[in-house]
Amino acid sequence: MSSSLLRRLRIVFSTLVFIFFVLAFVDFKSIIPSDYINDLMFLQFIPSVIKFYDLKTLAAGGFIFILLLTLVTGRTYCSFLCPLGIGQDLNSRFGGRIKKKFRRYGFKKPFTILRYSILAATLVVTMVWGVYMITLLDPYSIFGRFMTFFAKPVFILLNNFIAGILGKFDIYTLSNVPVKGFPLIVYGIPAIFFLLVGGLSLAKGRLYCNMICPVGTFLGLISKISIFRIRFDEAACTRCGRCAIRCKSSCIDFLKYDVDVSRCVNCFNCIHTCQDKALTYGIVRFKKKETETDESRRKVIVGSLLLLFGMSRVASGQEKTAPKPKKESTVKEDRTNPVCPPGGVSITDFNKDCIACSLCINACPNGVLQPAYKQYGLAGMMQPVMDYHKSFCTYNCTKCTEICPTNALHPLVLDAKKLTQIGKAKFIKDNCIVKIEKTACGACSEACPTKACHMIPYEGNLVIPEVTEDLCIGCGHCEFACPASPYKSIFVDGNAVHVAAKKPENVESEMKSPIEFPF
Amino acid sequence: MKRRDFLRSSAGGTLAAGAAFKMGGFDKLWTPSSGRADAARYDMVAVMGGNPDAMFDLGIQELGGMGTFVRKGQKVLIKPNIGWDVIPELAANTNPLLVKRIIEHCFKAGAKEVYVFDHTCDNWVNCYKNSAIEKYAKSAGAKVVPGNSESYYHEIEIPGGVKLRKAKVHQLLLETDVFINVPILKDHSSTRMTCCLKNTMGIVWDREYWHSNDLNQSIADYALYEKKPALNVIDCYNVMVKHGPQGVSKGDVVSMKSQILTTDWVAGDAAAAKMLGVAVEKIEYIPIAHKMGLGNMNLDSLNIKRIKM
Repeated sequence: MSSSLLRRLRIVFSTLVFIFFVLAFVDFKSIIPSDYINDLMFLQFIPSVIKFYDLKTLAAGGFIFILLLTLVTGRTYCSFLCPLGIGQDLNSRFGGRIKKKFRRYGFKKPFTILRYSILAATLVVTMVWGVYMITLLDPYSIFGRFMTFFAKPVFILLNNFIAGILGKFDIYTLSNVPVKGFPLIVYGIPAIFFLLVGGLSLAKGRLYCNMICPVGTFLGLISKISIFRIRFDEAACTRCGRCAIRCKSSCIDFLKYDVDVSRCVNCFNCIHTCQDKALTYGIVRFKKKETETDESRRKVIVGSLLLLFGMSRVASGQEKTAPKPKKESTVKEDRTNPVCPPGGVSITDFNKDCIACSLCINACPNGVLQPAYKQYGLAGMMQPVMDYHKSFCTYNCTKCTEICPTNALHPLVLDAKKLTQIGKAKFIKDNCIVKIEKTACGACSEACPTKACHMIPYEGNLVIPEVTEDLCIGCGHCEFACPASPYKSIFVDGNAVHVAAKKPENVESEMKSPIEFPF
Repeated sequence: MKRRDFLRSSAGGTLAAGAAFKMGGFDKLWTPSSGRADAARYDMVAVMGGNPDAMFDLGIQELGGMGTFVRKGQKVLIKPNIGWDVIPELAANTNPLLVKRIIEHCFKAGAKEVYVFDHTCDNWVNCYKNSAIEKYAKSAGAKVVPGNSESYYHEIEIPGGVKLRKAKVHQLLLETDVFINVPILKDHSSTRMTCCLKNTMGIVWDREYWHSNDLNQSIADYALYEKKPALNVIDCYNVMVKHGPQGVSKGDVVSMKSQILTTDWVAGDAAAAKMLGVAVEKIEYIPIAHKMGLGNMNLDSLNIKRIKM
């Protein structure tokens, strides 16, 4: 294939992929159908691996394709399909524009110990304890959080600005969308990674991908036996070094005619820049094999693993206490469990499979899914949790279960979701407006879609709420609607394991259709 | 361009844009609503036995036609109940066919624009869609406006309110000339009934305040606000008689095939209570509003036209 065509193909393809991913995450109006989003997620490496592990079906086998692709072509994934990688390329381009120094890379030695330690630690932690390190380091999830935490609000503000102008002209095709932030603490990790990934890519090209990203390192390992590679035509090469300077991965040692294939992300910039046509992308020709074991390297790997073991011990040993009260009040809401989204099956199950990519947090039309900070314990940080002070789970919706890329939220059909009890409403009479103020309220019962929360006679003409727990599905509309403050008089206590709720009654009314006006 | 210059010029631009926003629109606040019918032939028209659109055709004719309430070039706000994300058959939202018919009558009377909105309880996009009101209203040429964001609401004063003295109302209420209230009659878990007066909870932003400040008194207090409906059209075609206001199943709904048109919303609520088979006194906000002089709940003293189709 012609050399510049490869690079152009990469740019066009990756731009499209990037646009789709951005749209999928900033789609605050749920315009994109779930199927499209599923198709987009199919080829994301980590989500696919986790989904496959969970379902054991080839329908979740996108990662197998990635593995084969890598075996044949090298780390094509990193330049063509990884949204974080593509985003870094964009940022590098931007960096090159603002400072000449930032667009001259040159060959650097690999951070071998660091990258393999991180990869090994990720594997071990995942197998022994769970997805915590993947949550932190999966490039797709990192990208998702960037979009959710930083990009989406910008899009919403832009929408609101335009909606405001259109509104002046009596056009209401765009509507104002309230911007709701998250608890400040959950911005911490995305912010750190934003600075890290953003800073490195601005000045150093793909250094993050070749130093920290476990997916990059893993695919790099496989690339070592890939069939297609970038190779030198030693006779044609004039050793001008342009290729090395343009190489975002800093992996071309032109003096040795060598491309470090474990770091090369197939951006094809080198081929494009080579004026002597000394670089081509084609089937590898092996010359001689160099095999050497490095004892000290192994020691470092083991050492860093131990260190990380210790860290994750700290992480998994966190207590799962209920959220602490904010202000003084009469009766505290006494929560035993947080409420995990429908389709999660059980809190432990869910925590095990969720990589906190925040796609569901974006997709939720009601904004009830919030990134957890301590609800699930430290290890479940940033995983979605139902926050009924922010919103409630709307009865006729299964969006989050449809789009989860790792199957942490199992798909639920609407009828099943309407009978999935994710928590139970608990009534605190002493906080209730009806009891305290002796005036009518009933906001909770109004909101209840199953009438698990209904009103029973109280003093005089007053009625007061009562909850039939079997009927409750834990949607939290009652808690959201309850005007009692600072503590609600009704709240949903999460079910550790989701169960089936009883079907609401369907008794025909005794009232007859009128024949005459009763007045 | 120097950074300093850029900052200066963009700050200027922002200020100008902000000022333009601020100045637009609210002059309407000071013009009195003129759509009020002074010469209607009846206090109330009740129709039974037809489809929602046909009953409205008859009812409005008895009141002298839509021209009694809407004059040429006026902007009209139609406020149905679109509170819940359910299909029309479950009767939690105003009948879409009725909404459509009213809009058509408004345009026929020469209305310049007709607007429809509600501050919904469920997700507003789904409510607008699944109630079918958005589709029907748009097909009749009305503008369907969102009510989901506080930015659409502006604070007003309610002098004389006992519990509710301030509320944030949707800008459409302030910007339109005629307000037509189109509630659906339903059972209600806490107030026993929702109809004309209670439908105003979808005009304001902060409903919670009403719930925590004597709901029945707050409902009556709001009716003091100067921008009153020129006409109330009560949808009693399908009536949710239990599990209101949201309903659980079709078992909660009774077909009544009726409609009540009235300029007096307290009277409208009193008549609606009878339809629902609940004593008027049990629905506390009705006697409160009556005592505050906001309408007449004694149906016997009213001039009511009853039509059976």
